[in-house]
Amino acid sequence: MMSDPRRHLPLPYVAAALLLSALSTVACAGAGGPTTPAPRSGAGAANAPPPAPDLARLEALYRARADSALQRVSDADAHFMTGMIHHHAQALVMSAWAATHGANASVLTLTARITNAQKDEIAVMQRWLRERDRPVPEVDAGGKMAPDSGMQMPDMDMSDTQMPGMLSPQQLLDLSRARGVNYDRLFLTYMIQHHNGAVTMVHELFATDGAAQDDFVFKLASDIQVDQATEVARMQQMLDGLPSNHDR
Amino acid sequence: MSPNLPTPLRTFWANAARTCVRARPLGLTAALVALSSCGGSSAMPGGMSSIAPSMAMRPLSVEAPSPDPRVGLRAGLFDAEEAAWNLRVVSKTPPPEAFVGKTNSDLAFKGNYAIQGNYDGVQIWDITNPSAPTTVITHLCPASQSDVSVFGDLLFVSGEGMTGRLDCGAQGVQEAVSHDRLRGIRIFDISDIRSPRHITNVQTCRGSHTHTVLEDPNDQDNVYIYVSGSAPVRPAEELAGCSDASPNQDPNSALFRIEVIRVPIARPQDAAIVSSPRIFNDLVAPPTHGLAPDDIIAMDEAEAAGAFVAEFEGRRRILGDRTTRPLLNGIMTARGGTRVSAADSATLRASIPAMAESLMGGGGDGLGPTQCHDITVYPAIGRAGGACGGYGLLLDITNPIDPKRLSAVSDSNFAYWHSATFNNDGTKVLFTDEWGGGGGPKCRASDPPEWGANAIFTLDDQDMDFRSYYKLPAAQTSLENCVAHNGSLIPIPGRDIMVQSWYQGGVSIFDWTDANNPVEIAFHDRGPSDANRMGAGGTWSVYWYNGVLVSSEISRGLDIFELLPSDALSQNEIDAAKSVHFDHLNSQGQPQIVWPHTFALARAYVDQLERSRAVSSAWVTEVRAGLTAAEATSGSARQSALTGMASQIRGQAGQSGDAAKVRMLADALRGLAGS
Repeated sequence: MMSDPRRHLPLPYVAAALLLSALSTVACAGAGGPTTPAPRSGAGAANAPPPAPDLARLEALYRARADSALQRVSDADAHFMTGMIHHHAQALVMSAWAATHGANASVLTLTARITNAQKDEIAVMQRWLRERDRPVPEVDAGGKMAPDSGMQMPDMDMSDTQMPGMLSPQQLLDLSRARGVNYDRLFLTYMIQHHNGAVTMVHELFATDGAAQDDFVFKLASDIQVDQATEVARMQQMLDGLPSNHDR
Repeated sequence: MSPNLPTPLRTFWANAARTCVRARPLGLTAALVALSSCGGSSAMPGGMSSIAPSMAMRPLSVEAPSPDPRVGLRAGLFDAEEAAWNLRVVSKTPPPEAFVGKTNSDLAFKGNYAIQGNYDGVQIWDITNPSAPTTVITHLCPASQSDVSVFGDLLFVSGEGMTGRLDCGAQGVQEAVSHDRLRGIRIFDISDIRSPRHITNVQTCRGSHTHTVLEDPNDQDNVYIYVSGSAPVRPAEELAGCSDASPNQDPNSALFRIEVIRVPIARPQDAAIVSSPRIFNDLVAPPTHGLAPDDIIAMDEAEAAGAFVAEFEGRRRILGDRTTRPLLNGIMTARGGTRVSAADSATLRASIPAMAESLMGGGGDGLGPTQCHDITVYPAIGRAGGACGGYGLLLDITNPIDPKRLSAVSDSNFAYWHSATFNNDGTKVLFTDEWGGGGGPKCRASDPPEWGANAIFTLDDQDMDFRSYYKLPAAQTSLENCVAHNGSLIPIPGRDIMVQSWYQGGVSIFDWTDANNPVEIAFHDRGPSDANRMGAGGTWSVYWYNGVLVSSEISRGLDIFELLPSDALSQNEIDAAKSVHFDHLNSQGQPQIVWPHTFALARAYVDQLERSRAVSSAWVTEVRAGLTAAEATSGSARQSALTGMASQIRGQAGQSGDAAKVRMLADALRGLAGS
């Protein structure tokens, strides 16, 4: 059920090798951070009474590190975030029709959760890009993308059909016209395709040099992968349980 | 709530003494000695007051603070506004400088040390004085998520992220395929806790998101580690033998299996994977669990009021207007009508079972989920709870290297099964749903209470029966990531009480003794870590360890709390919990709690019997006085008093509203007499 990770296929994205070198984590920590080669241990004053921590100074350090993390952006990560916003947006469009297209109760539950989850993730990915001064694709509540929304990055053709799993215009049209159990069947079929595409995008990210060195990106991408693979299994069961195709 | 203290002459001791020896009023010691000659309760027909309750039993109900003080707390990193109910903040210790701004993760405990994982390494705290934890060591060795466990002198640390390096360097690993990368388990010797010594690594195909240490009661020579990894499989070029093909195409696929590492205690450097059990094989869609009792009542009422109800996937559901309106319109159109009539409704109602039937069915390819997120082992009962993708599994782990699946549950409300906790009796299991992976704000007022929640099951031999959901009851803002996360039992005897982290939703303590009716009894919460954006922060895990609640705060360091007595939890119950001592703790390697025989234990049971009104108040008064009297003596006098009391109470159990609890009290007294 897992999609082919296409590890051996040419990568669709150009990954600009970003030399992060020793910039990450501790070395950029500012004053006080240990800098000796790892593994390192810094014993604290275990037996002395702990000095009252200077919380204002720690908070300043926290902010400085957060700012410094914003400077270390791999193009592969930024490209993934940008593409995944588009990818998620189409899931919102597909799900929004459930309420008006006679979806059954379990598909309604599923679409409600997909909508909730992917809206939140879109917001998180937009913020990640915004804070790094990258173009931010804008998505309205129904999943429609603003025109020319953050897709002008050089060497990155992100027209919808270029991303794995995205529905073709014809598939979208078919889904928009389907009602009742036909909608359920098409929705599940297409959302399995769509989710598997997202899983493939995660595999492609991880197969890219310089990618997912940012803990946040690693976690988001991993979570998308497991959530959507889990949901694919659930949708496959729902699909298998639908009545046969007699009423089309 | 407590009755007035009685005079000693009104105690059952005095009564018993009169009955047995027909003596003049006796001094206390004489009464106790006299009692010891009485033997069993049959010798004291007029002994104690009737145990039979005079009022109906009552379920646990707590008056929660209203309005909920967790709503509207001011944001701040180290100075956020806080709300606490029935617990006290003992200490709040910020992270060491090296870990400021770096994600804290899970906790393990050894002796007086709390070992806190961090995406950049491991932090060890000395918590001998819980009000002032001190740094023992800040060990830098980046790898998310640094899930930590201990056994003896060994420390195990999970690595999953792409940045983990064999040399613990902080520069990350830029290449997608690299032999510098560590994804798996690192093993350290911490016999000198100030100087962890790296022993070896066990690399795994999916890395280690979490791991679980299994201490097999039948194997003193080895300890086992169940590895769960949820990230994609590594390329074979990086780690030989790794494949993410379907198992149908490649029997060695790293998907659809877990890894079991065996660590020889005498030679931990020889730790290696010994099996990769395919515990998901032939896992087809299990029946989704049933409705909660309250839901069934609501469903019956709705149906009686005219709602359309259908059964999908083994579960009754109310069909909303959005579902029924198009169906009704279709029926109306089919007969050429223009307005939906009562006859149309009847037609729909009659056709719903057939429609639902046609929607039912099995399916799936039998492969099940590709991995588990976490596995909690409970060696004392030979079981494990696996939280695995879309399923909760019950495993037989009596053979550690060959765990067997006993049963599985799924739930249409659960997005991602995250972790499991058994109750101490092994009669229930609680699973969490980490909907959204922990990064999303899933506790808003608009998020359904059964999404991102706990699901509580009772265990019936090998089956798991759904009882209820529990979700943090306080709505959080969209600035706070919040979903069910890690926790542990609090060793309150005779009850199932758990403390749990909800990320920026804070700490929630709840009673799930009644599996149908979990009730929150205490909490702690902070405002968002950032007033303007969803910042990092919140509690990753919180565990009870040797009398205190220790919480790993993702950004704010280490918090330690202490329980305060309330209507829902007495000081005696807290004291009994504090009497339990562990020499180490890995929460996912769940230890069986055994309570030492203490007066607090006996009093805790009495408090519980009083709270539930399972016994008469006169009986409570007498037993308390008896305990006071017995505690004032020592040696054989105390032993005799307690033994006599135990047998008399045991004889009364059947007349109480809670015979099992009364017998637990009797056992506690007998144990106290023998200790």
